[in-house]
Amino acid sequence: MEIREEQEVNKTREPVVRMEHIYKTFGSVVANEDARLEIYRGEILAILGENGSGKTTLMNMLAGIYFPDSGKIFIDGKEAVISSPKDAFAYGIGMIHQHFKLVNVLSAAENVALGLKEKGRFNIRKVAEQIKALCDRYGFELDPYEKIYNMSVSQKQTVEIIKVLYRGAEILILDEPTAVLTPQETEKLFNVLRNMRDAGKAIVIITHKMNEVEELSDRVAVLRKGAYVGDMLTKDTNADEMSGMLVGHPVKLEISRPKPKDPRPRIEVKGLTVRNEEGFLKLDDVSFTANSGEILGIAGISGNGQKELLEAIAGLQPTEKGMISYIHKDGSREELIGKDPLAIQKLGVSLSFVPEDRLGMGLVGSMDITDNMMLRSYRRGNSFFLDQKSPHDLAANVVDELSVNTPNLETPVRRLSGGNVQKVLVGREISSAPTVLLTAYAVRGLDINSSYTIYDLINRQKEAGVAVIYVGEDLDVLLELSDRILVLCDGKVSGILPGEGADKKEVGLLMTRVGGGKAETEKTADQADETSEENDNFIEIEAEESENTGESEGGNAHES
Amino acid sequence: MNHKHVPLFHIAKRKSLPWYRAWAIRGIAILAALIIDAILTTIVTGLNPFAVYASIFKGSFGTVRKFWVLLQNIAILLCISIAVTPAYRMRFWNIGGEGQVLMGALGCALTMILLGDKLPNALLIPLLFLISVLCGAIWGLIPAIFKAKWNTNETLFTLMMNYVATQLVAYFIIVFEVPKGAGQIGIINQSSEAGWLPMVFGSRYFLNILIVAVLTVLIFVYMRYSKHGYEISVVGESERTARYVGIKVGKVIIRTMLLSGALCGVAGFLLVSGTNHTITTSIAGGRGFTAVMVSWLAKFNPFAMVLTSFLIVFMERGASEISSNFGLNASFADIITGIILFFVIACEFFINYELITRRKAARITAGISAEAGKEAANE
Repeated sequence: MEIREEQEVNKTREPVVRMEHIYKTFGSVVANEDARLEIYRGEILAILGENGSGKTTLMNMLAGIYFPDSGKIFIDGKEAVISSPKDAFAYGIGMIHQHFKLVNVLSAAENVALGLKEKGRFNIRKVAEQIKALCDRYGFELDPYEKIYNMSVSQKQTVEIIKVLYRGAEILILDEPTAVLTPQETEKLFNVLRNMRDAGKAIVIITHKMNEVEELSDRVAVLRKGAYVGDMLTKDTNADEMSGMLVGHPVKLEISRPKPKDPRPRIEVKGLTVRNEEGFLKLDDVSFTANSGEILGIAGISGNGQKELLEAIAGLQPTEKGMISYIHKDGSREELIGKDPLAIQKLGVSLSFVPEDRLGMGLVGSMDITDNMMLRSYRRGNSFFLDQKSPHDLAANVVDELSVNTPNLETPVRRLSGGNVQKVLVGREISSAPTVLLTAYAVRGLDINSSYTIYDLINRQKEAGVAVIYVGEDLDVLLELSDRILVLCDGKVSGILPGEGADKKEVGLLMTRVGGGKAETEKTADQADETSEENDNFIEIEAEESENTGESEGGNAHES
Repeated sequence: MNHKHVPLFHIAKRKSLPWYRAWAIRGIAILAALIIDAILTTIVTGLNPFAVYASIFKGSFGTVRKFWVLLQNIAILLCISIAVTPAYRMRFWNIGGEGQVLMGALGCALTMILLGDKLPNALLIPLLFLISVLCGAIWGLIPAIFKAKWNTNETLFTLMMNYVATQLVAYFIIVFEVPKGAGQIGIINQSSEAGWLPMVFGSRYFLNILIVAVLTVLIFVYMRYSKHGYEISVVGESERTARYVGIKVGKVIIRTMLLSGALCGVAGFLLVSGTNHTITTSIAGGRGFTAVMVSWLAKFNPFAMVLTSFLIVFMERGASEISSNFGLNASFADIITGIILFFVIACEFFINYELITRRKAARITAGISAEAGKEAANE
């Protein structure tokens, strides 16, 4: 049935890219199995799929990062062999990865020119002119002479896009381009992408966000378990149908927000000020209360103090000024600052932070699920030896209850897909029966199905009377899930709003300007600094990640 | 644009291999190395390679005595290997095993000299053991404290500690040299045999081997089943995670290096009290470094280290045998050993990855379309 549908769609045009019978495995993990895909000029194609459905792997094969185990790729009807990114450029294919590959100390123009072999003397001014021309044509805003370290995340992304356009890319692939952008920046990016489409380029975006698919794309292709499920015109479909297709059964796309039950102050933060190791102010006079039986959502652009805030509460971050009080059920107070992380853990404060590389904090990639379950509890008892039985039971329990897809409990968590890794992490934190659940980026990069499982878990904790502090990236979700929303900007509390009826635009403004001032795009110098700093970290993580992507992406093939 | 063809082969990660196939690959690698060694031997020396191999084999198994020496050398190398293992598991680059062994040996030798005629053996030998352990542990502790407190580079630090240890030994050799001006200590307590590990079953080496065997089992259990071992693994794999769950990383580093150094000290004790009954600056004989290779080759599994240390000692013994039998330079034996090690290490690549040739890729495609066809027919 789906095949017929597809034929109707494509009757009239010739695809610029056709991939057929693509097969790719990483060890025992199948990333793509008999996958196919067609890409057309003058069209924005959204590729949807759960974590590990093989979207990124498939696109990486088009971009020359991986070479398919078998299968054929046709460009403009002719068979093509793409065995390196250089080959991909020769075919006019450019990919913008999730993590930027830019040299921080160079300017935008220098980054664009990097690695190009042009005859004659190198002339940076000529490059800059061409960049300007590209900007004017598609509606980018970029100063070619600006250094990368002075740029915001969205400007860096612009440089990446220009880099591939400059090389003459006709087919652009963007891997989750909006994950790091504010709503306003996202809107701008979409306009640029539409302009490029109208200029006849083929655009492919990989995304998890249904609303973006609906807003931006002309056609949607769905992958499931490494194979192609089908495609359809965006205007003929809706979010429910799409998510049904990508999961394989219908899903309900609603986040429930039960009324807080008997909220009482559990954590009280007063005047908290934190500097990082380099002496930068990361939190500036932050005060708020988190109640039991309530979800306090924390919104903000990544790197604006969220990490420091949670780590300060968990006792992992030295503080400069301020108080953090834990309020017991009987009303007595206990000061958390100065306590060591273990003592804070014993009070029932549990932190699950999902970092960019997913495994860096909280889990040990090379250990199996059982050994990872022990991380919090292995100290129990006076025995010199480990109790390996109860963590094993707990692991079995978590795998069963959260339907973690794993071949067995002895599989190293590194081999699991992102979603399953996060289920293991969140499952362990919840199993410790916390009184305060601090969670950051719990659904980072997760597909719809896994995300909803996690929201559900968090809601159940709330109903059990746990004070939940939820740091998230996706504003829509934050607005639906939180009872109250605290917006952080530049380490300051930019505003605290009730979750019900909060306006997305307003929160977006608060995220970029303390108090929600009018100039939304300008950033303070400090902030730019912070973001560039953050990107330094990216580079470190990158090496590890790019190595793992294959595995973790593919890991999900176990889901079959 | 279409000048390129499908590459002849490409590399892909393998499905996990059953253990017997993995060992088959390793066996083939050793066989291939032996063939290349044989060709090289014929070309370079003109000797019959089979005679050379037979001679290598005799170096370890030729006589009962040679066999005991083989076991003794394995025991010492294994002891140092299990000593450095906890540190490496923690990703603490301890290349100071040499110095830690030397210090253990030095402590033992000095105590033997000073207290040899004052204490009965029943008291003296346990005391020697304790002092060796203590000296080795201190030598491991110093770089660990610096690492834990100020995050110094442990590789350079432990390396430098080796030279300090060598110089200390050299100094005490001059202080206690026998006879004066000889520049060496000679056999300590030769007449009284005070502080010498007793012979068991008529062999001087038996007790050494037994002690190391027991330690190997203990370290295996410690690493695999104890809370300490678990902490070591967590710190080694991810320091950030360790901090997150409240493990005091500095404490683990210090504790682990104390253990690592202490076990090196045991090796020093076995060398001085067990076999040599004297001390020289070269008593460790580079085994502090070889042990690192033994440990990594065995992927930190103490039982697998029995095999890897056997391989290395076997080749060493063979090397000295062929150099005396055929008048070959000892370096030639090193070349043979080097080629074998190269193959053994390189074959791990083929255990983890496979080459997919053009033809095989086509077969996979054909298989899929056939299956797809079948499915379509069924529907």
